[in-house]
Amino acid sequence: MFKIVKREEMASGTVVLNEIEAPRIAAKARPGQFLILKANENGERIPLTMAETDPEKRTVTVIYMVVGKSTELFRRLQVGDAYQDVIGPLGQPTHIEPGKNVVCVGGGTGVAVLHPIARGMKNADCRVTSIIGARNRDLLILEDKMRLASTDLHICTDDGSYGRKGFVTEVLKEQLTRGGVDQVVAIGPVPMMKFVSLLTKDFGVPTMVSLNPIMIDGTGMCGGCRVTVGGETKFGCVDGPEFDGHKVDFDELILRLQAYTEQERLSHGRCKCEGVHS
Amino acid sequence: MTGTNKTPRQSMPEQNPQVRARNFEEVPLGYTPEMAVAEAGRCLQCKNPTCVQGCPVNVDIPGFIKHIAAGRFDQAIGKIWERNSLPAVCGRVCPQEIQCEGNCLLGRKGEPVAIGNLERFAADWERAHHVCELPSREKATGKKVAVVGSGPSSLTVAGDLVLKGHEVSLLEAFHKPGGVLVYGIPEFRLPKDIVASEVSCLGAQGVSIECDVVVGRTVTVEELFEQGFDAVYLGVGAGLPKFMNIPGENLVSVLSANEYLTRANLMKAYLFPEVDTPIPQGRHVVVLGGGNVAMDSARTAMRLGAEKVSIVYRRSRAEMPARGAEIHHAEEEGLNFELLVNPVRYLGNEKGRLTGMECVRMELGEPDASGRRRPVTVPGSEFILECDLAIVAIGSGANPLLTRSTPDLPLNKWGYITANAETGKTGKKAVWAGGDIVTGAATVILAMGAGRKAADSIHEYLTWGW
Repeated sequence: MFKIVKREEMASGTVVLNEIEAPRIAAKARPGQFLILKANENGERIPLTMAETDPEKRTVTVIYMVVGKSTELFRRLQVGDAYQDVIGPLGQPTHIEPGKNVVCVGGGTGVAVLHPIARGMKNADCRVTSIIGARNRDLLILEDKMRLASTDLHICTDDGSYGRKGFVTEVLKEQLTRGGVDQVVAIGPVPMMKFVSLLTKDFGVPTMVSLNPIMIDGTGMCGGCRVTVGGETKFGCVDGPEFDGHKVDFDELILRLQAYTEQERLSHGRCKCEGVHS
Repeated sequence: MTGTNKTPRQSMPEQNPQVRARNFEEVPLGYTPEMAVAEAGRCLQCKNPTCVQGCPVNVDIPGFIKHIAAGRFDQAIGKIWERNSLPAVCGRVCPQEIQCEGNCLLGRKGEPVAIGNLERFAADWERAHHVCELPSREKATGKKVAVVGSGPSSLTVAGDLVLKGHEVSLLEAFHKPGGVLVYGIPEFRLPKDIVASEVSCLGAQGVSIECDVVVGRTVTVEELFEQGFDAVYLGVGAGLPKFMNIPGENLVSVLSANEYLTRANLMKAYLFPEVDTPIPQGRHVVVLGGGNVAMDSARTAMRLGAEKVSIVYRRSRAEMPARGAEIHHAEEEGLNFELLVNPVRYLGNEKGRLTGMECVRMELGEPDASGRRRPVTVPGSEFILECDLAIVAIGSGANPLLTRSTPDLPLNKWGYITANAETGKTGKKAVWAGGDIVTGAATVILAMGAGRKAADSIHEYLTWGW
């Protein structure tokens, strides 16, 4: 069992942080890697990229948005409760090149995954310009941490309730136009990563995205997380989760992520009936 | 051999095909004690039993059958346990027709003794009565062995070595032990509580079972040695799904058999929404391939409510690698066979859902490297097979996750671990390997046979050195 030692609600309770005791994983995990979590006996195996690891406290931290039945079950777990299963660290760690001029773009809960990468890059003497965004002020997470991990931080909200009104791509375009950017890292909703990648392609700036396709085992066995990258089929779990944004077939990924939309609605509907919502 | 045997082979009662095609209950219902005694009475008790030679773990077959014939069921299971710690599993999923039963003298003139059914009977009888004591352990040696993976070969290694007094840790990447027995083989062919029961016997004997450990990621082989293990056995299975690399393969409704069966079996998605893992439903489901995994996938799709399920196989029925009994069961349950047919591309709609596949007809030419006649495309034979779910069951390759993190482990050109066929020794000191990660996809009992040999070799090493 993997006990929760810290729990925090963000973004008006729609986003939850869980710090979980997992000694073996904490000792091994690197930025960019992910875990698979399963709440209980009948639960689904859900992949989530780690937001933090603390080898001394022997813990790992995930931050997730509550969207369906499984994440709803995750949200119900309180400090002292445990996940039945936590598996990892899975996937390839982020490759960090020191001394580069990097722009880190994060949207929604993607900022949680972006943060350790931005921090790692800043620690490796990169100049880190971060652009983080959300639909509105309430949904913006980790602003303070991102400020510490960045040389320069820009904030946008879709409705203008905080920072600049508009999309992260608009600020990114200004940065790219100014020039001198060696690399862009974009993590967030798939459409955001798609539009960031289209933009950076015009400017010829290498772009890394972190994908979260549907998967079961996370070890290359099920093939559910297939992604087309540069015309080749890759497995998100073992070849990723990070890929060259200019080569990813985002439209295919969007369709594949919708594979179970109807069933999820059914499952979540039942979940509400049974009073899972606290 | 004494005279001829007049008693006919006792056939095992089965669920009615029309009924069972829509439920996940086990298909064969098992022998009654009377049937088991009658069947056991057919055994000729040969002095040189060829059936035993046909068994990869050399169960004393006449020995246990003699006990059943005499009604001593407790002694029968004890006799089997001497060589096989998974009899309820093996009695159900071994290809007896090419192993023990294939070698039975009675089979030369008539029907062989139903050895598999009898093994299953003895194991099920014991599970229902719990009167037999597990084999006892030898004195503790203080040596520690890590067994990676928990499928049939690993379970055999763990069972053998714990009896010899070694400390054994079984490390499983999934959240439940059993490997292919829990994620791959459907409930209606092998109920999961039977696997759990046989695995728990190992636990009772002192094997430590730890799930959620991905060796290669959570911990490396090298780190296992640093943590004090004296020997490591790698029984991680093949487990890299093969695809055909044809257009449209990444449509939403095209799945590997591994994914489909893992959802259905390990995650129990057939109970969705009682459990949280969904599984795609299709009206016309097409399964590509002709092996046991293809039969399992197709029969699962039928049980999940498909109107029609088709097996698409590029050779003829005679070349199908699946067990005869499984093909027969599939036919009885109303599966449609599209033989000598090969898909060339998948067709989908704007939502990424499958609408059909373009196929070509095949004919058989000269034999290829596998000894089977090579299928050749019939020119101009293209046609569209309408379907809304496709399951690709054309085999597995070697999963590189563990081997990539163990760079000094010699592999063959297909990425499988090179291991001595007699001992399971790899090219890395104190590391053994066996099962599908050495041979490629094979059967449960062959994996167990490899485990048995490796366990002997590991014991020898722990006693005498490399």
